[in-house]
Amino acid sequence: MILKVANITKAFGGLTALDDVSLGVATGSITGIIGPNGAGKTTLFNIITGLYTQTSGEVYLENKKISFFSPEALAALGLVRTFQNVELFGQMTVLENVMVGSHTKSSSGFLSCAFKFPRQIKEEKLIREKSMRWLEFTDLDDHAEMRADNLPFGKSRLLEISRAMALEPRVILMDEPAAGLNSRETLQLAKLIRQIKELGITVVLVEHDMDLVMDICETIVVLNLGKKLTQGTPREIQENPAVISAYLGVS
Amino acid sequence: MTKEKRQIFVFLIFALVLLTIPFLLRESYLLNVLVFIGIHTMLAVALNLLLGYAGQISLGHAAFFGIGAYMSGILTTRFALDPWLVIILAALSAAAIAFIIGFPILKLKGHYLAMATLGFGIIFYIIFNETVGWTGGPSGLSGIPNLQIGGIIFDNDICNYYLVWIITIAVMLLSINLSQSRIGRALRAVHDSEVAARVMGINAWVLKVQIFTISAFISAIAGSLYAHTMTFVSPTSFGFNFSVELVTMVVVGGLGSIYGSFLGAAILTVLPEFLRVFEDFDIIIYGLMLILINMFMPGGLISGFQLLAQKVALKIKGK
Repeated sequence: MILKVANITKAFGGLTALDDVSLGVATGSITGIIGPNGAGKTTLFNIITGLYTQTSGEVYLENKKISFFSPEALAALGLVRTFQNVELFGQMTVLENVMVGSHTKSSSGFLSCAFKFPRQIKEEKLIREKSMRWLEFTDLDDHAEMRADNLPFGKSRLLEISRAMALEPRVILMDEPAAGLNSRETLQLAKLIRQIKELGITVVLVEHDMDLVMDICETIVVLNLGKKLTQGTPREIQENPAVISAYLGVS
Repeated sequence: MTKEKRQIFVFLIFALVLLTIPFLLRESYLLNVLVFIGIHTMLAVALNLLLGYAGQISLGHAAFFGIGAYMSGILTTRFALDPWLVIILAALSAAAIAFIIGFPILKLKGHYLAMATLGFGIIFYIIFNETVGWTGGPSGLSGIPNLQIGGIIFDNDICNYYLVWIITIAVMLLSINLSQSRIGRALRAVHDSEVAARVMGINAWVLKVQIFTISAFISAIAGSLYAHTMTFVSPTSFGFNFSVELVTMVVVGGLGSIYGSFLGAAILTVLPEFLRVFEDFDIIIYGLMLILINMFMPGGLISGFQLLAQKVALKIKGK
């Protein structure tokens, strides 16, 4: 288990968005988190990545307790995420966006950047080369010098993945990576996620596209109304009557 | 690589033009204006690092300028300390103040940050006015010695011109380098999406405090140079109006462009001379300028120039 969530509860005032949710993510797996709207999937992501603080419960990364860690501290530990509404650095170029991903893997400080010390020039060159490789990984290398907010939507999702990969993460959490993509782009995404897994990186995704989830995920966790309904393989989930009634309503 | 070479070329031309101006232009009044443009450029660049790159407003930057000027003025006139040493001391003090107040106020965002920095600026304006025993109060502090190295005394326009512009050009070069490094990218990332920047491992809060500190450091150096070239300082130069003027320079010139800061500083230093005929209505013209620039040239005048240059280049290639 690379990532473990233990008894997480999150209340927004009187509303309990997550109620005693526990789950584990196997190292090197692709795990999907599904559930109807309002199930608490994004809230759970926000808690794991340090953007929200939970009311109670703990999060562990490889047995290290990371509850209440800040997003930047988690990034340094190799935990990264993408966003449902794509959070790019719009005024920067596509390449620069990916270069920001190397922030935790580089170390030149203010002085060496301002005075261009030889070590900084070398590091800068390395960052640029590595970032170009991550752009090639998602087929975006032709758009390297383009301003990020001029990218079409499908490509901006890919850029977000490139940028996250530049961080050389151990775990990548993707919040609805297929939302807004057409079927061809979704297929390309499925292929990409498998490639990421082959690099030894654990993938956790929240997704509404059931075809994609059933296709690529090894384990699926179902949330409903803030509670964990069940966890299992795609086949088990598809046949689970509780899941069917959560999605279709109880007859 | 060619892009990098072109940048170096542009910078060299820029520096060379500025350093040869005194050979062509001997008129003392104009040289004096250029000295002011240099000091204002330094301040605009300092504010641009914070406002244009990191996207954090400061409506109190005149205070750091004032801290530099008054520390140089007071320590050299009353304690006869070495002026060069005082410049460094003043810059370090301003940086220390920025560092300490930066941690609480840079937690704030948008209008709240504007209000906090505004308050900070006003506090220092009041201090400059009220500590009459030290600063001379509203009537100012005079008799600040000129700087000197070896036998050269910086007491004439040409000497002051070189003093100010060599330091300004150095500040510009270092700022350009910084803006194109991983730190510069991190600053712009915080500007565009703070949450994404944090997820990428950038400690946005600490980074903002760091750039605020550096910005204050540079502003204080500008203040010290101002004190030594003018030999007289009074609080009116360091009030709220001047803080707003600095923001106007950065916005008019171009947010996130170091050359833009020079352009903005030059225009806002020269313009008041021409607007004198309008007397108190000049503030309306500043306002109008800000509105028009924001509407038609959100990248500032420098982006307009770049667009023009591209069009000219295309035409030349076309023929």
